[in-house]
Amino acid sequence: MTIQFNDETFRDDYSFYNSERAIKRFPFPFHEDSYMYSVNMEQHRGGPVDSVYEKRFDVDEHYVSEMKDRALVLADDPLRCQSLPHMTLAGWDLLELIMVSKSEDYPDLFELHRDGNTWRWVNKPMGIDHTFTFLDEATLPYGPMEYITRQAQGDFAVLDQRDDNLWMDAGMVTTQADWSLDFDIGMNFFEWHAPVPLAHEKGIFIRALKFLLNIQQGAPARRLNWTMTVNPLLDTSPENYHKWGIQKTTLTPENLGAKQHLRVELQTFFRLPRSNALVFPIRCYLCSFQDLMTVPKWGRRLHRVIRDLPVELATYKGFIDNRPMMLDYLSQFDDGLPTSPGIWPDLDTEPALQK
Amino acid sequence: MSGAEKIAVKVTDIVPLNELVTRFEFKRIDGGLLPTFSGGAHTVVEMQDGDITRLNPYSLMSDPMDQTAYTISVRRDDEGRGGSLFMHRNVKIGDEMTISYPVNLFSLDLRAKKHLFLAGGIGITPFLAQIKQLERFNGNWELHYACRSESLGSYVDELRGHHPNETHIYYDDQEQRIDLVNLLDGQPLGTHVYVCGPKGMIDWVRQTAEAEGWPREAIHYEEFLAPQPGKPFEVKLAISNKVIAVGENESLLEAMEREGVDAPYLCRGGACGQCETRVLDYTGNFIHRDHWLEDDEHASGEKIMPCVSRFEGKILVLDR
Ligand code: HEM
Ligand code: FES
Repeated sequence: MTIQFNDETFRDDYSFYNSERAIKRFPFPFHEDSYMYSVNMEQHRGGPVDSVYEKRFDVDEHYVSEMKDRALVLADDPLRCQSLPHMTLAGWDLLELIMVSKSEDYPDLFELHRDGNTWRWVNKPMGIDHTFTFLDEATLPYGPMEYITRQAQGDFAVLDQRDDNLWMDAGMVTTQADWSLDFDIGMNFFEWHAPVPLAHEKGIFIRALKFLLNIQQGAPARRLNWTMTVNPLLDTSPENYHKWGIQKTTLTPENLGAKQHLRVELQTFFRLPRSNALVFPIRCYLCSFQDLMTVPKWGRRLHRVIRDLPVELATYKGFIDNRPMMLDYLSQFDDGLPTSPGIWPDLDTEPALQK
Repeated sequence: MSGAEKIAVKVTDIVPLNELVTRFEFKRIDGGLLPTFSGGAHTVVEMQDGDITRLNPYSLMSDPMDQTAYTISVRRDDEGRGGSLFMHRNVKIGDEMTISYPVNLFSLDLRAKKHLFLAGGIGITPFLAQIKQLERFNGNWELHYACRSESLGSYVDELRGHHPNETHIYYDDQEQRIDLVNLLDGQPLGTHVYVCGPKGMIDWVRQTAEAEGWPREAIHYEEFLAPQPGKPFEVKLAISNKVIAVGENESLLEAMEREGVDAPYLCRGGACGQCETRVLDYTGNFIHRDHWLEDDEHASGEKIMPCVSRFEGKILVLDR
């Protein structure tokens, strides 16, 4: 289906919105009525038609506006995009992966014409038609990773694999949930995960790393992660905490439904063939509480998950102070009925709110 | 499903190089392009040998950027369990076979200022692909290659012809030896060492480098482990609720697969860790041959790598 791209902002007047279609395909991250960290990984090989799992790189109505927001962030702070010298080949790998995937998965929006190393890339939504030489940096306006990730939604961490570990040696990070590429650059898997509570004790990171080291070409994987954001901000970085942190105090019972957003990351993992590096795209989806509440199953479940979430997690995710107000709001949408298993909305089978 | 993704290929060329080594070329049956890969990667080749399915890993030696064909070189192992013999005797041009997507457990450290390659015998193959990769990006490398004799020196002429300054050859039968201590001593800061060859050579390089004060992360190695034949034994699989017999000429992993147990694997050579299996009970001795588990794990009797390791004794119960 052709996509109607929204004209919207993720800052200042926050004109961001989700269409009805976007709400229905929102990746609601809770498959049951409670939540705890786990090694929740599965193969990334498509999924239900029009779901965010269907394509290798999901393109949706926010694409063009998200890319504008990325350009604004980079203009302010070029260190959001970094690539250590040995990661250039991985950058070409990523450029190839995204160009091939998007042109095959969205032929009406993207085209890739290859004649040996002479490549022509057409990105219709962004009005780009560019011929360059593959593996020759001089023919691109930016390095290969920066070039392609200025045209792809979500953040990208590019990990070098060596000494049985992963090293954050390159990335494009402008839509992150309060972590910094400039701080994490050069760190390994355990170092950059150090701030996460409870998961280390449960051995989650040891098992997750083993899994990641063994991800093979042609067999990508995925998982969901989530947090909370007040106002539809893409850039919730530590660098700009002074701008967005205070917005958390503007929440009132009246504006909460519109302002409070569930922020979900669709994280995928691909082995990069030429460099043997791993790329970790982190795609951010935002949905306001009031839009989520249009799905009865999600209303019931979100209330229960937030109510029972361990204090450590609510603190780490930065909403412990607002949790009571959130629960007052959410409890209106929980009638105590059971919920069906799985993350899908099940609009046809789940009963409407009984109160 | 276990193992990497599969590709259906046709054998398009077979070139005997010398008494022991033969080169095979594969192209996709559907005429499409093969995946690119990184130097040092291997593919697992499936062989239908009568009732037995053999799965052997071989390093890809072709240019990683060439997506039209893959090549491997197979050294005949007359004492082995038959995979290499099958390749030499039974495989013909035009045969259809299944190979896996490339898997790399021996990749270049792209931070290195210089790559020092040490090859023994058939261990030359991963370096052939790595050299092609580095040449494309003007990488700095040097090869020291030990062969038994001139007649068994696979790819020596090609290497000397194309890279006379980087290539150094040593023939065992002419008493030529790599002067490792001096070689390591003369390397610039930021050099990484890669060794692929027989176990004795790998151990020698690792120990010498360690004694010379080289950091562990700068020494990379890949040993070609093929499962070795051994005495038959019985094993109980607790999850599958089966008792199976492992024959003399098959590995524990192969026996599980024959019995329809979906056991994980990737390299089938004791290197990747994917097949690690918990031991629930045993009376007897393990014959551990993998590079994955630490010495204390081997001694603990709590884990086994079924792709290469065996067991001798009365009772073995696995969590599989
Ligand atoms: C190589 C891929 C990965 C990268 C680059 C990555 C990166 C990160 C970063 C930067 C953070 C924020 C840490 C902070 O507070 O500064 C984080 C959090 C976290 N990561 Fe990962 N991660 C990766 C893979 C995984 C995997 C496979 C798991 C599987 C369990 C995982 C589990 C978590 C969890 C549970 C958190 C806390 C998130 C929250 O509660 O909001 N990560 N990760
Ligand atoms: S399959 Fe790789 S170690 Fe056994």
